Amino acid sequence: MIKLENVSKHYKNTKAVDDISFEVKEGETLVLLGTSGCGKTTTLRMINRLTEPTAGNIIVNGKNIHDGQPEQLRRGIGYVLQHHGLFPHYTVAENIAIVPNLLKWDKRKTENRTLELLEKLRLPKEFMHVFPSKLSGGQQQRVGLARALAAYQPVLLMDEPLGALDPVTRAAIRKEFATLDELKKKTIVMVTHDVQEAFELGDRVCLLDQGRIVQIGKAVDLLFRPASSFVSSFLKEQRFQLELESILIKDVWTLLPKAINGIEENEFSPGNSLWNVLETISAAGQTGFQRFVSINNNDKRQIDVASLLAAYTQYKNTLVNE
Amino acid sequence: MNEQQGLWDFMQQQSGKLLEQTLAHIGLTFISLLLSIIVGVPAGIWISRRKKWSGAVLGFAGILQTIPSIALLGFMIPLLGIGAKPAIVALMLYAFLPIIRNTFTGIEQVNAAVTDAAKGMGMSSWQILFKVELPLAMPVILAGIRTATVINVGVATLAAYIAAGGLGEFIFGGIALNNTNMILAGAIPAALLAIIFDFLLAKAQHLDIKKTKAAIIIVPVLLIVLSSFYLLPSAYGSKMLAGFTPEFMGRSDGYLGLKDKYGLDIRTVVISDAVMYKAAYENQLDVISGYSTDGRLKAYDLVVLEDDKKIFPPYYAAPIVRQEVLQKYPELEPALNLLCGKINDSVMTELNYKVDYLKQSPEKVAKDFLIEHKLYKLPRNGHKGIIRMGSKIFGEQYILLQMYAMLLTGNTDLEVETKTGLGGTKICFDALTNNQIDLYPEYTGTGLLVILQAKNNTVQKIIGNKETVYEYVHDEFLRRYKIKWLKPIGFNNAYAVMMRRKQASDFKIRTISQLKMYIDNSR
Repeated sequence: MIKLENVSKHYKNTKAVDDISFEVKEGETLVLLGTSGCGKTTTLRMINRLTEPTAGNIIVNGKNIHDGQPEQLRRGIGYVLQHHGLFPHYTVAENIAIVPNLLKWDKRKTENRTLELLEKLRLPKEFMHVFPSKLSGGQQQRVGLARALAAYQPVLLMDEPLGALDPVTRAAIRKEFATLDELKKKTIVMVTHDVQEAFELGDRVCLLDQGRIVQIGKAVDLLFRPASSFVSSFLKEQRFQLELESILIKDVWTLLPKAINGIEENEFSPGNSLWNVLETISAAGQTGFQRFVSINNNDKRQIDVASLLAAYTQYKNTLVNE
Repeated sequence: MNEQQGLWDFMQQQSGKLLEQTLAHIGLTFISLLLSIIVGVPAGIWISRRKKWSGAVLGFAGILQTIPSIALLGFMIPLLGIGAKPAIVALMLYAFLPIIRNTFTGIEQVNAAVTDAAKGMGMSSWQILFKVELPLAMPVILAGIRTATVINVGVATLAAYIAAGGLGEFIFGGIALNNTNMILAGAIPAALLAIIFDFLLAKAQHLDIKKTKAAIIIVPVLLIVLSSFYLLPSAYGSKMLAGFTPEFMGRSDGYLGLKDKYGLDIRTVVISDAVMYKAAYENQLDVISGYSTDGRLKAYDLVVLEDDKKIFPPYYAAPIVRQEVLQKYPELEPALNLLCGKINDSVMTELNYKVDYLKQSPEKVAKDFLIEHKLYKLPRNGHKGIIRMGSKIFGEQYILLQMYAMLLTGNTDLEVETKTGLGGTKICFDALTNNQIDLYPEYTGTGLLVILQAKNNTVQKIIGNKETVYEYVHDEFLRRYKIKWLKPIGFNNAYAVMMRRKQASDFKIRTISQLKMYIDNSR
């Protein structure tokens, strides 16, 4: 869906982006991760031609983006900014309708779509005719997302979409975004400097440093098969949590002890991460109790803190030694 | 004419003129404002795109504004002549700085995230400009327009100096005529206009951010409507254009008399004396007011139209001398009277021309004249007594004074002391009555109207006849001040209506009545 081939962006003396290539498949979410100044935002902005590359090709939907008008290209790509960038002189409804209006949609169609998005993003209908300045930060950011989704753009670019929010709101909205059906079908490139966010929202993560790709891959790849010491040190801070989050019950299934019949207290779905399970157990305050996970009626596995940690250690070792 | 009346009476009496001037003032303000917006807003937008030019453009606009307004108007005359054109251009230049600067600042302060979002969503740069940047910059731009409007309402009063009309006509007319009511009749509406426009624009500026979208349409429409006011006054009237000084416009022995007594209905503009003659010469004006012996009459080849209905009081020049001095030195009066009858209007014009235009010294001009008329005698260097002579500060009086000095020293044993440059009538006359000087040349009309301040009905009775005016001032001065009017020199430096010589002869116009006939027929 999106393909970058040897893309570079040079300013006078600096190479902001230096020979980057990657591909994002349809429906996939790629997160560009890195410290500020690593070139992640520049890379993102080259995809909708807000920045023109010095060299290389960018292909979106099978077409080289430099073949057409930039305006035409951008109308087909949703764009979410860190500081929402809502028009202060437009109401919420007018803000959401910007791209549909540029595409000359029928009025009725635009209105229906606006109402639908407000509902999906859990914003009250009354907000339609309210100006953005009256909304909270989280609400503004949701309107910003609704605006980027309005015209069913197949591709979405998000530049630190939650960067301006406080940690609580940030976590809440992140969860919301993760479950939003509209986002599931999209091809998304997102920029963030937050590792947690990257791993939670990204199918794959692309870690950048000084304009170059350090490593690109799934969360587990970065965690357990780091390409360089830079990657490990970048992930060092919350490594334990990140690892538990990236490993799912089904990954360590065979490493868990078989359950003894009869003591079924709770069930976890195999798609849960180890972190999820530990959180739930810890919240219940019954860490010593045995819990069960079923994958089918014939195979039950025992889950408690000790068994989980043992499985995690074993699994990790196999990954690292692969 | 000088009777005090209430301001309100004056404004009512002059309501037609007041309305016309107010409309012209509004029109002048807003045409220039409109042009300034048409040029200034795009300029502001342009420098917001090309930042390296912003310093140069704003600097240039800043320099324009530091030029004193009257000087800026002056600079325009050689380029654009007189009338509305130079005034509008000058006002436009004045309004540039606030408009360009505020457009630039307004666009600059639009949140970068907003324009970035607009671009990222696929708006073209024009759409970004009209849908995002201008609406968001509008309050700041309107603030600039507001500043420019108030500046322009003020500066537009000066447009009256170059025949562009406006409330300055009353203001400067009032100053020239020392008529407070007239000054206020111009100044109060001008101040009100400034306050009203400022108020309205402040309203527009603080409108809901939403409604400023409407302002983008309303403001230009309003501007065009207001601008068109200026065109109204010039839509009627004759093909001929008259330029009169503010003073002439307000006097019953000036334009008012032309209207009343002659029924002259000519399109008029008010103009400063300094540029009026030249404007007539350059065909920008057809009829002007002036003084019948002004040297510029000759310089610019103009002719005086005969005042056949005698509305202009006679201003025959004659020396006025303290009676006491005449008795003490009997030889004084015959010597001064030697000049009597020697100088008519055209001769005086010629002499003034030499001084004012050819820049010859009054002394040389006086001597040449006396030699030519065989009146010049070498000074006798007598010591019989000193005669102190004064004069007002203009060329004609200097020339006369030099002639008298030469006549006295050549024909009598008296010594002469000259005190030139005693300012205006009041200073000269006070010097005379207070025994500071012994004589100075005065004009009968001035004696009648300014010094004696004769009653209106008396003036009306005698004013048509130069002899009765002379007799009246002669008798009254002697009775009241013991000052004697000697015989008139012969020329009449009165108000006059003038035209280009060629045009006057082409249209066979010699008198003011004929001018009126011509205008009525050509309608």
